[in-house]
Amino acid sequence: MYKYDQYDQAMVDARVEEFRDQARRRLEGKLTEAQFTPLRLKNGLYLQLHAYMLRVAIPYGTLDSRQMHALADIADRYDRGYGHFTTRQNIQYNWIKLEDAADILADLSKVEMHAIQTSGNCIRNISSDHFAGAAADEVVDPRPYAELLRQWSSFHPEFNYLPRKFKIAVIASDTDRAAMRLHDIGIQIVQNDAGELGAAFYVGGGMGRTPMIAPCINDFVPLDRLVTYAEACLRVYNRYGRRDNKYKARIKILVHELGAEEYTRQVEEEFAHLLEQGVEPPFAELERIRTFFEDPLFEADASSDIDRSDPDFALWVDRNTVAHKADGYVSAVISLKPVGGIPGDATAEQMRLMADLAKDYSFDELRVMHTQNIVLPHVRKADLHALWTALDEAGLGAPNLDTVEDIIACPGLDYCSLANARSIPVAQRISERFAKTGKTETLGQLKLKISGCINACGHHHAGHIGILGVDRKGVENYQLLLGGSEAEDVSLAKITGPGFDEHGIVDAVETVTTVYEREREDGERFLDTYRRIGMNPFKEALYG
Amino acid sequence: MAELLRYRDDETVDHPAVTVDAFLDQSNASAVRIEPGDDARDLLPHLERVALVEVNFPAFGDGRGYSSARILREAGYDGELRAVGDVLVDQLAYMRRCGFDAFEPDQQLDKGDVQAAFDRWPEVYQPAADDRTPIWTKRHS
Amino acid sequence: MRLLTGNDLKTGAVTWWTGSDWSIHVEDAADVTGSEDETARREEAARRVNAPYAVDAETQDGVPRPTHIKERVRTLGPTVRPDLTLKPAEPDLGNWVI
Repeated sequence: MYKYDQYDQAMVDARVEEFRDQARRRLEGKLTEAQFTPLRLKNGLYLQLHAYMLRVAIPYGTLDSRQMHALADIADRYDRGYGHFTTRQNIQYNWIKLEDAADILADLSKVEMHAIQTSGNCIRNISSDHFAGAAADEVVDPRPYAELLRQWSSFHPEFNYLPRKFKIAVIASDTDRAAMRLHDIGIQIVQNDAGELGAAFYVGGGMGRTPMIAPCINDFVPLDRLVTYAEACLRVYNRYGRRDNKYKARIKILVHELGAEEYTRQVEEEFAHLLEQGVEPPFAELERIRTFFEDPLFEADASSDIDRSDPDFALWVDRNTVAHKADGYVSAVISLKPVGGIPGDATAEQMRLMADLAKDYSFDELRVMHTQNIVLPHVRKADLHALWTALDEAGLGAPNLDTVEDIIACPGLDYCSLANARSIPVAQRISERFAKTGKTETLGQLKLKISGCINACGHHHAGHIGILGVDRKGVENYQLLLGGSEAEDVSLAKITGPGFDEHGIVDAVETVTTVYEREREDGERFLDTYRRIGMNPFKEALYG
Repeated sequence: MAELLRYRDDETVDHPAVTVDAFLDQSNASAVRIEPGDDARDLLPHLERVALVEVNFPAFGDGRGYSSARILREAGYDGELRAVGDVLVDQLAYMRRCGFDAFEPDQQLDKGDVQAAFDRWPEVYQPAADDRTPIWTKRHS
Repeated sequence: MRLLTGNDLKTGAVTWWTGSDWSIHVEDAADVTGSEDETARREEAARRVNAPYAVDAETQDGVPRPTHIKERVRTLGPTVRPDLTLKPAEPDLGNWVI
């Protein structure tokens, strides 16, 4: 895990005091709300439906037990005893007071955390592969590159008033577990034929009201030019991204309107110029950062035996653990999707339990997944039963990773001032329905994603099944989409047809799974069947 | 118009800045004003005759001027670089890092708040158009 | 009728204009038809409310009920966490909101 030195700590502490001063000036009337809004957003503070909401950064989704305990303490002390893990690996609290916000940031700073640039028109917290450092298929751990970019992008003087928000994801395997190509910049660390590492840049992806898949604009940027290349990408965007219409201000629109080729040409020109300006960090800094991400001391002779005599445990092992690069270990996923629960929510008690289990069983490390679950990345197989027993007792043992119950849902109209419809109740009814019919397991991998408005925080464009809540004359209505994927086989889902009411949408989801069951061939996932047979059979079943 | 904040020792240019188009047409103009949509690089062939560049911020949220400033400094411009318009106190430190050395905000700024803004950051993470040494350089020197 | 609503600047709590002050209970809200802009401007300038705006409502069982579902969710709290709403003990809350 990365650890702050005195420099990192000084910067975060300075930020806390800056925000304390800004909040004071707002309360004293020296700042208008219009002036204060971008300042508070850059510290993760929104004005939401019921109160202020604070989004805390979890850089590249990695945290330790001390930090998770601190998040739990904040939930108890300043909020209402729970937090919500988000699709960008962050956590947000829904009931925050402006007068407490600086104190919360100060508490975070004590455990090397912050809320810097978790909102606003700037470079946001950088996300990564939740199995980084554990995955058997990675070229290298992607997090050091994310950390380098975190430092570069923090308080960047030129890029704090971009046309719109800017999200970067970094991965280092061909399997994409971070929706990399649906980011403003997706970076894949790759190895060339000579064995050298470099960064492939994908620019101009995103979801929202105009979903786009990022094209690759450079398939190999040498690592000692990584920051310079990113700076060139951002400068072209800052100068030429549209500012006349906030819905056309994301970089995907610029790349689309210029064409990837012309955007790339401009970036390369700026890159050539910036190479002369010395903006690249010394390579020793990357090497320094890498030392924080070395493997923990895995036991060389860890046993691979698992006692599967308890069927509930065996199901959880099959469903919620993932192959690890070290023999005798797995990555274990803690589902925050109990049947009928609120996707991504965890109580303070649950956070503390997860923290303690990470300390006992996972080298003191946890990860947040973009699917709103928690990972213990390095668990000995021999410890799995004890881990599962503790999780199950706390209601955290749902065996449903990547199933139809493992639903991504944005907060929707229950919490969000932008939403048009509620997302959470739809997720709850769907997981209850499938748990009741017992079909969850037989449907296999089925990624279901729900957004409560067109901004697509619930990734509905990327769902094998997507649901978009809309406002139809003041009544909630839900559109159904099929065929999306956020993974390496990235695709954008297509709408089936007319929408459904909140009960009808649950039936509709069941209907399309029935078509899949009828039509599937050996080994096909829902998505594979959809791609093979197309939309029509599903439409016929839905609308007859 | 509020008081000019200026962090240079030389004389203030006393003639008004002209638009980029007018500047390119008039070979004797030495003060020019860049609007957000202007390309600062149009000035680069003529930097030797420029003594004042005003970068206008019609709205504080339009950040194109930050790039304009850095581009001019990267090209070696060492005359006055003045941020004018909707310039807020919480932006001063960032603007300074991008090369601005004078500020002419629409609204009068509180002197204490201005000082606090410039004193705020003990370190910087990345290089920009000022002479501050980035943290990542200090770590390895 | 029209109701004026906003959030308390310090706490963020949803508040309603009563005609003389702000209340977190929609039952206390006054009809602001005709005076909404002026009241909003004055109260925001005095920092007694943040981001005020007026919404349509009708009276139902003697209580103002905002016309739009979003405002009704705002009025009481998240429908998925009745325990966190202003009226955690009220069983028929959902019917009022939805």
